[in-house]
Amino acid sequence: MALCLSLIPDSRQHVHRFTTNCLLRCMQFMLLFSRQGKLRLQKWYVPLSDKEKKKITRELVQTVLARKPKMCSFLEWRDLKIVYKRYASLYFCCAIEDQDNELITLEIIHRYVELLDKYFGSVCELDIIFNFEKAYFILDEFVLGGEAQETSKKNVLKAIEQADLLQEVRH
Amino acid sequence: MPAVSKGDGMRGLAVFISDIRNCKSKEAEIKRINKELANIRSKFKGDKALDGYSKKKYVCKLLFIFLLGHDIDFGHMEAVNLLSSNKYTEKQIGYLFISVLVNSNSELIRLINNAIKNDLSSRNPTFMCLALHCIANVGSREMAEAFASEIPRILVAGDTMDSVKQSAALCLLRLYKTSPDLVLMGEWTSRVVHLLNDQHMGVVTAAISLITCLSQKNPDEFKTCVSLAVSRLSRIVSSASTDLQDYTYYFVPAPWLSCKLLRLLQCYPPPEDGAVKGRLVECLETILNKAQEPPKSKKVQHSNAKNAILFEAISLIIHYDSEPNLLVRACNQLGQFLQHRETNLRYLALESMCTLASSEFSHEAVKTHIETVINALKTERDVSVRQRAADLLYAMCDRSNAKQIVAEMLSYLETADYSIREEMVLKVAILAEKYAVDYSWYVDTILNLIRIAGDYVSEEVWYRVIQIVINRDDVQGYAAKTVFEALQAPACHENMVKVGGYILGEFGNLIAGDPRSSPLVQFNLLHSKFHLCSVPTRALLLSAYIKFINLFPETKATIQEVLRCDSQIRNSDVELQQRAVEYLKLSSIASTDVLATVLEEMPPFPERESSILAKLKKKKGPGAVSVTELDDNKREGGELNGGADRGPDTASTPSPSADLLGIRSTAPISAAPASAGSLLVDVFSEAGPAAPSAAVNDDGFLSSAPPSEDPAPLLSEADELLNKFVCKNNGVLFENQLLQIGIKSEYRQNLGRMYLFYGNKTSVQFATILFDDVIIVFNNLPQLNVQTKQVEPLVEGGAQIQQVLNIECLTDFSDAPLLNIKFRYGGALQNLTLKLPVTINKFFQPTEMTSHDFFQRWKQLSQPQQEAQKIFKANHSMDTEVLKAKLLGLGTALLDNVDPNPENYVCAGVIQTKSQQIGCLLRLEPNAQAQMYRLTLRCSKDSVSRRLCELLAQQF
Repeated sequence: MALCLSLIPDSRQHVHRFTTNCLLRCMQFMLLFSRQGKLRLQKWYVPLSDKEKKKITRELVQTVLARKPKMCSFLEWRDLKIVYKRYASLYFCCAIEDQDNELITLEIIHRYVELLDKYFGSVCELDIIFNFEKAYFILDEFVLGGEAQETSKKNVLKAIEQADLLQEVRH
Repeated sequence: MPAVSKGDGMRGLAVFISDIRNCKSKEAEIKRINKELANIRSKFKGDKALDGYSKKKYVCKLLFIFLLGHDIDFGHMEAVNLLSSNKYTEKQIGYLFISVLVNSNSELIRLINNAIKNDLSSRNPTFMCLALHCIANVGSREMAEAFASEIPRILVAGDTMDSVKQSAALCLLRLYKTSPDLVLMGEWTSRVVHLLNDQHMGVVTAAISLITCLSQKNPDEFKTCVSLAVSRLSRIVSSASTDLQDYTYYFVPAPWLSCKLLRLLQCYPPPEDGAVKGRLVECLETILNKAQEPPKSKKVQHSNAKNAILFEAISLIIHYDSEPNLLVRACNQLGQFLQHRETNLRYLALESMCTLASSEFSHEAVKTHIETVINALKTERDVSVRQRAADLLYAMCDRSNAKQIVAEMLSYLETADYSIREEMVLKVAILAEKYAVDYSWYVDTILNLIRIAGDYVSEEVWYRVIQIVINRDDVQGYAAKTVFEALQAPACHENMVKVGGYILGEFGNLIAGDPRSSPLVQFNLLHSKFHLCSVPTRALLLSAYIKFINLFPETKATIQEVLRCDSQIRNSDVELQQRAVEYLKLSSIASTDVLATVLEEMPPFPERESSILAKLKKKKGPGAVSVTELDDNKREGGELNGGADRGPDTASTPSPSADLLGIRSTAPISAAPASAGSLLVDVFSEAGPAAPSAAVNDDGFLSSAPPSEDPAPLLSEADELLNKFVCKNNGVLFENQLLQIGIKSEYRQNLGRMYLFYGNKTSVQFATILFDDVIIVFNNLPQLNVQTKQVEPLVEGGAQIQQVLNIECLTDFSDAPLLNIKFRYGGALQNLTLKLPVTINKFFQPTEMTSHDFFQRWKQLSQPQQEAQKIFKANHSMDTEVLKAKLLGLGTALLDNVDPNPENYVCAGVIQTKSQQIGCLLRLEPNAQAQMYRLTLRCSKDSVSRRLCELLAQQF
C-alpha cells in the first residue's frame, strides 16, 4: 500500500492488520518455541513482512519466556491478546484479538498438542524438528485461516492418515 | 499409530537437520547452511534433470533453512514444478513451500494459480483440499481474482465432500478478508446460511466463521442465520455429553462450535421473534446453570471448555444489555470466579466484569465486589492480573466509591510495576477529576500523585490541575497552601515545582497573610529549587517570579537581583536569557498599572475535553498501538486537545456553555488583554510543541460555525449534504440538539485524511457522562479503503472528540461511504447514518495546459460515452469570483485564455486513484441572460464523466 508519508505523518500502514476491523478478527498467528527461545513452528494468518514477523517473534519469545510458571496464560501485548501454554520443553503461543475468547484458544492449543501426540505417538520436541512439514500439515487440517476447521480429533487424523497412505502407495 | 515411518522419510533432510543441530556455534551453522545452499543451487542448475523425490527433498531443505530465519532467494520455480506432480507428497511439499515463502506479487503467481486451478477441478478431494489450503494460507488479491467466483460454487455444490466444504468455507473467508469486493455471495447467500443446518458438525464449525464475517458486513442479507444459530445452539446445549461423539471435548459438547454460534449472535440485536428469543434465553440460562453443576471431570480442559462457552455467553448477554436478570446472574458468576484458584479464571472474570460495569443493569452488582477487586490489586502475583484489577476498579468507579478507589489506586501506585504506572497515574487523575465533589480533595489527590509517581505524571496531568485551579476560585487558596506545604519537602519532584511555581505565581497572595508563607518565604522556597530544575521548569519559574513582582511589590528588589545575576541574564540557554532580560526590563520600566495589566491573573481556560482522557485513549484505545509503530504513536500522541495551550483569540471569547466547570460564566475576561493572558501560557507551548492537530481545534470552526441550515438530515436527504462539500473540505456535517459533527479534510493524490469532530453540545456540568457506546462504522465501499480507529465511547458534556480517517481511493466510485453512529443518551439508543462527503473530485490533481493542448485532448476524448453534458438553471449566484472559487474548490486547474469565449470556464485535472489515473476536462458555459449553464465533461473514463457531471450540476 503506497501511502504518502507527508500527508499521513504517523504512517500507520501496518496498523490496519491489527486494528479492530471486525473483518480481520481471527487468530493472528501461532508460534511454537523452545525454552531456549528457538522457534520451532510459525504460522501467520495475517499478511506481514518477514521483517515484521521476525520482530514480533523476537519480542514475544522474550516476553513469554520471562514469565513465571504460575502466572496466568494470557497477557496483553501491544493491542493483541497472547494466549500461551507450555508443554514440556515447548511453548505454544497464539495471538488473538481483543474480542476473541481466550479459553477456547487455550483449548485450540491443547487439541493441537493432542493431535501431534497421537500422530507421532507421544510427541516430543525432536519430532517437530525433524518432521516440521508434518506439524504444518496437521495444523492446516485443524486450523485454517486462523479459524478452527475441524475440531474432531478422529477426522483430522483420518485426513492425515489418508494422505500418508497415498504417498505410501505411490512410492 | 506408529511413529514417523511414513514411507516418505527424506533421509537427506534428516541428516541435514541433524548436522545443523550438532553445530556448536552460530558461525558453524551458517557455514553448514551455505554449503547446503551451494549444493542445492548446483543441483537445480545442473544438466541432469532432477527426479521428483530429489526436487522435493531440496525444496524441503530450503524451507527448513528459511524457517531457521535465513533468507531464501531461489527454489521457487522448483517448488512450483512440484505442484503439478501427480505424487501426493511432492505436491504437498510444493504447496507448503508456496504457502510459507511466496509473496503475493511474485511473478510465479500465474503458474501457481494454474496448478491450483488444475487441482480444484481434479475432483480428487485430497488434491482439492491441498489447493484450498494454499489459497487460504496465501490469500493474495491475485488468488482472489482467480478463484473468488469458483469457491462458493464448490462450497454449496451437493456432491462436494464434507472435508472440501470445510476448507472451501474458510478459504473463502480468507479471500473475503483480503478482497471483499471480489467475493460476491449474491445467489449463494441462502445456501451458505443453511450450512448451519448441515449434518456434519465439522462443516458447521467451518462455515459459521464465514457466515459470522459476512453477517458483520451484510447483516440484513444474512439475518436468517439468527434463528438457525439459536436452534443449533439449543440442540448442542441440551445434548448429553456423549451425543456428539468426537465433537465432545472432555465431556463438553462441541465447545468450539458453541462459542462460534454465540459469537455469531453477537453480530445481531436480540431476536425479535418471541419464540426464538425465548429459546435463546433458555440456552443462556442453561449455560449459566451448568456453571454451577459439579464438574464432570477434574481435567482443566473440561473446565476451560465449559467456561469458554460461559464467557462467550456472558459476552452475548452484555451485548444485548437488555436482560437485567441475566446480567446480574452473569455478574454473580463472575464474582465467584474472582476468588477461583485458577489464575486464568480470575483474570478473565476481572476482564469480563469491566464490560459489565458499564451496563446500567449490572453496574451496582459489579460494585458489590469492590473489596475482592481491591484485594486482587494488592495481592495478585501476576502483573497482568493486577492490571485487570486496576482496569475494573476504574470501570466500576462512580461518585459513591470514588474516594475509596482513588485512595486504593494511589496506595497501589507506590509499589506498582513500572510498566503500568503511567496508565495508573492517568486513571487516578481522571477519576479524581470526574468524581471530585470538593476540589480540595482533587488537588490533594493530584499532588499526592505527583509526590508518589512524579516521573509518570505526564504534562497533561499537571496542565489539568492548573486549568482546574484557575477555573475554580473556591479552591485557589487551598491549592496555594497545599503546594506551598508540598514544596517544603527537601526533595520534591520537578513536576511539583512546576505546579507550585505556577500556582504560587498566580495565587500566592492568597496565603501571603500568614507570616510563615510571606511573599519572601514563598519566593525563597521556589528559588531554592530553581538550580535543580531543567530548562523548561526554570523558564516557568522565571515567569512566576515576574508575577511575584506584580503580586508583591516588596519582593521586587530581591527578584530583580536574581534576574540581574549573570547566571540568568547571561544564561547560555537563549530562552532563559531572553526571559531574564525582558522580565528585568519590564519590571524596571513599566508603571504599576501596566505591570498589573500585563501580569494579571490568568483568565479561566475555555474547557475542552480533558486532555488526560485523550492521553489515556491514546494509550488504551483499541488499535491505537501498532505493532511496528509503537514509538511513533507515542510521539505523535501529544496534545490532541491542546492541553493548556490556547490561542489568544479563543481566550478572549470563551463560550460560557463550553465551560466544563460551569463557573465564572461572566468572568472578567474582557479586562485581560489577550497578549497578557498568554504570558504564562507560552511556557506550555515550549514544554512540548503542539501537535498539528491542535491547530485543528484552535481554529474553532466547531464552536464558531453558524448553526447548520439543515439541522438533522436523514439519510435520504443526505445527498444535499454531500453537495455542500463537493467544493469545500471543512464544515459542519451534522448538528442536532445533542451532537455536532464537524469535518476537516485534506487530500493529496489518491489519499485523503479526514478529521471528524464529535462535539457533545449539552452543557451538563462536570463529569456527567452523556454519550456512551458511540459506535462508528464505515460502510466501506470496495473502491475506497477507509481506515480508522474506534473512538473512545464517552464524550462528556461540552467536550468533543476527534476521529481521524485515512482514506485511500483504489478506483473511481460514485457512492459515498456511510458513517453510522450509535450512541446512548439518557439510556435511549440513538442511531444515525450519514453520508461522508468523500466525492471523486477530492482526488483531483490540477493540470495546467495551453489552449492548444487542451483542445487537442478534448478532441481525443471524443467518444460519445466519454462525454457527459448537462444544461441547467442557475441555483446560485453567477458572479465570476464565486464561480472561480467553486471551480478551484473542485480541485481542478482553472485555465485562463483557453476558451475563445472569455465568459466560459475551462478546467483540467487528473483524478488519482490507486489503480489508474483519469484525465478530466471540464467546460462550463454560463448564459447570464437566461440564468442557465451548460456543463460539459470529458474524461478518460465514462463513469467518471457522468458522476462529475451529476455532482457539479448541483453546485452552480
